[in-house]
Amino acid sequence: MAVLELEGDVATAAPVGRQRRVGVLFIGSVAWIAVIGLAAIFAGWLPIQSPTDMDLLAKRAPLFSPGHILGTDHLGRDELSRLIYGGRVSLLVGLLAPVIGVIIGGCLGMVAGYFRGRLETFAVGGVDVLLAFPPLVFVLAVTAFMGQSVANITIVIGVLGIPAFTRVARAVTLTLSEREFVTAARALGATHSRILIRELLPNVALPLLAFFLLAVAVTIVVEGALSFLGLGVPPPTASWGSMIGEGRENLDIAPWLAFLPAGFMFLTVLAFNVIGDTLRALTDPRPGAL
Amino acid sequence: MSAPLLSVEGITVDLPTPRGPLRAVDGVDLTLAPGSTLGIVGESGCGKTMLSRAVLQLLPKRAKLGGRILFAGRDLVTLPAEELRRLRGPELAVVFQDPMTSLNPVLTIGTQIVETLQAHLGMDTAAATRRGVELLAAVGIPAPEQRLRQYPHQLSGGMRQRVAIAIALSCEPKLLIADEPTTALDVTVQAQILDLLAREQQRRHMALILITHDLGVVAGRTDEVAVMYAGRVVERAPTPRLFTRMRMPYTEALLAAIPKLDSPPHTPLPAIAGRPPDQTRPLKGCSFEPRCRYADERCRAAKPPLADPERLGGLFACWHPL
Amino acid sequence: MTKFVGRRLVYLLPVLLAVTLLTFLVASLLPGDLATTILGDQATPEKVAALRAQMGLDLPIWQRYGIWLWDVLHGDLGRSFRTGETVWAAVTARLPVSLELMVSGVVLALVIAIPLAILCAVKSGTALDRFFTGLAFGKLSLPNYMVAILLIYLFAVELNWLPATGWVPFHEDPLANLKSFILPAVTIAFAEWPVLMRVLRSDMIATLQEDYIAMAKAKGLRPARILLVHALKPSSLTLVTVAGINIGRLIGGALIVETIFALPGIGRLLVGAIYARDFIILQGVVLFVAIGFVMVNFIVDMLYAVLDPRIRHGRA
Repeated sequence: MAVLELEGDVATAAPVGRQRRVGVLFIGSVAWIAVIGLAAIFAGWLPIQSPTDMDLLAKRAPLFSPGHILGTDHLGRDELSRLIYGGRVSLLVGLLAPVIGVIIGGCLGMVAGYFRGRLETFAVGGVDVLLAFPPLVFVLAVTAFMGQSVANITIVIGVLGIPAFTRVARAVTLTLSEREFVTAARALGATHSRILIRELLPNVALPLLAFFLLAVAVTIVVEGALSFLGLGVPPPTASWGSMIGEGRENLDIAPWLAFLPAGFMFLTVLAFNVIGDTLRALTDPRPGAL
Repeated sequence: MSAPLLSVEGITVDLPTPRGPLRAVDGVDLTLAPGSTLGIVGESGCGKTMLSRAVLQLLPKRAKLGGRILFAGRDLVTLPAEELRRLRGPELAVVFQDPMTSLNPVLTIGTQIVETLQAHLGMDTAAATRRGVELLAAVGIPAPEQRLRQYPHQLSGGMRQRVAIAIALSCEPKLLIADEPTTALDVTVQAQILDLLAREQQRRHMALILITHDLGVVAGRTDEVAVMYAGRVVERAPTPRLFTRMRMPYTEALLAAIPKLDSPPHTPLPAIAGRPPDQTRPLKGCSFEPRCRYADERCRAAKPPLADPERLGGLFACWHPL
Repeated sequence: MTKFVGRRLVYLLPVLLAVTLLTFLVASLLPGDLATTILGDQATPEKVAALRAQMGLDLPIWQRYGIWLWDVLHGDLGRSFRTGETVWAAVTARLPVSLELMVSGVVLALVIAIPLAILCAVKSGTALDRFFTGLAFGKLSLPNYMVAILLIYLFAVELNWLPATGWVPFHEDPLANLKSFILPAVTIAFAEWPVLMRVLRSDMIATLQEDYIAMAKAKGLRPARILLVHALKPSSLTLVTVAGINIGRLIGGALIVETIFALPGIGRLLVGAIYARDFIILQGVVLFVAIGFVMVNFIVDMLYAVLDPRIRHGRA
């Protein structure tokens, strides 16, 4: 056709072929997280070496060395074992911190979106003010002053996630509150708490779950940044972020020491992003969103 | 009759839908002489807008176009993009239905007129601005110098449509397609806009295709009328002839649906019963048959061709003409 | 327009006040006593009490907030008890580095994102579009410390083209200064472009469906003008928002990027203050950064009005 082809077309933006491809990616993502998750849970029973035992005769052993299939780090610690134990920290913080956000932020957002009025103004204004602060500085400051422990890191990152969850929950609740089934419940004399829990919560839950998975991905990245800067879980506990940081010092002689944990973290974050994005697209009411 | 300016031959437009391809335009032939006016009338969804978009080469990317569109001797369907671009504006122009959406909301009226003049006539900004003021004045916009600096949302609907017409006329096109130019406007300004179009058409000796769902709009303002139904032209005749001696039951029903000033109060309007057919599932016979009160077995069995069996100068597609 | 600016300014004031309050509260509630930190663990309780009284630390918290806010309003953000440097001097010394990094990074990101977004919007649904949107999605999972390490490995370690770390002041050696900014700026640009491209692409796809784009084509305008003037301007509101938020974030310096590449910017100042437990510097710089963020958002609001006359005339 001899037309200037400028049309962008929403309907053709998601052809069937792409949906199938997303499906393969989705299954791969779930499989990767299952493998990493199981390895992290059963790390103690796996036939791997201790993540902290130093083999000073075999420092920076290359990949596929006898006894160290993925080599050793600059202190001679087994890389595979450290990757698996490091995954423990990343997944633990990554899965627990957003729980704080989803519970507090979800409640705040639903209440703000349902009752509207001054409460909503206050919640939205508070979110605006909180967003003005550099989050990483906040996390760094709190862990530096309160002490570097998994619990502290989890709590701080979790608290910082509250505004984002509040926004999502409020937005979804706002649109749902206008729908017939809520009006019907109100007309039938249902109490506010009954409407919030029985009518709204089941519908807010799925978008929040999708956002939760995306938050897991972000949390793993933030925890990695903390550890990378030396303010995450204290050594000698392994964590992907600190392994990347240590590997950075050896980029010239043993680059795989940085790239192995980076690769593990990238794949894990990507997997959570893929699963979260697929769920978000499924719950997004706009047509052609997938 | 002189060589036609526009000659549309066997145009088909297919739109993909989840339920299969929808034949929006189903084999339409039309010719238009220079300086003449053609009205295209039909209900919404009859394919009149898709037909005009096909002529303008502005169909959605996913639409499939068949047939030939000869404009001043060139086939628009196969014309290279750059040549088509040069044609649009100086030869072929359009006025869309809703001036709120057809004018760019973030550019001033002046920019939108001046850029057209500069693109085709090679004017400098000062000359193009002067010409823009003249054009706005010509379409009846008061204080045109000030309007040039304003944005579309600062104008009323009628004024916006006048601006759109000024832009369309700016490069003296040979053919103007007006796609329901008054549907989005207040009733009080509809007649003004139609009269403006008719006046400019005469003054410039420009060909005009006026697309509308309202037979009342084309009466007295066009030389010829084509009535469309379900993607096809079902009746085509010189305008006076169509109104005095229509042959197609659908045209009759359309005309009956126009409110008349001289009817007594509370006369119910005779709406056309039923809905237009599903164009993803074409009928074997006449498309209007399910809604037609004259329909019989023959209408269900075969499509009537668009023809002039009586050689009286009007074409119609009906087995049982009125 | 003046009315519009005025309305936004009225909203700005309470937000700024809340920002100062929150900064002060967080800094005050962090564990550790300033007087003890200054005097060291061995100091006698009397000495600590005397210093506390001298610094006004024994006053009730709201009173201390009032005094601090009064000083801040007079341009006095305090001074470091370690180096004696004022917060203001520390910030102004390091701001140029962060600004150079921010501007070069964001400009580079826009240079990548805008053409790609337009290309993908025009070719939406094609293999090309799917490739770049897929790439952008994948990049979202690649944090900037990984990008930095990849870049250092490639260009500093393997190819040895650029310095891995270090910074040279511009007035000493402009070329070396630019060289030391290339890798950090590319790292920032890598972090920013996928987000920018995604928002512009989806807005652009929506805009290209508009009647006024069909009208622009029917007017016989050149494709470049249709895309860059008629389509880009109305599609750029979300892009401006997201770019604004990210620029606002980068006022605080790119903490990680500055640390990895050893650039003496605001981010490193903050990390240094945290490591050294320098409350005053931390509090002052965080306040500065937060106010900067709020101001950038204000400017973004003003930009909306420039881009969209309907907002300017109070119709949106």
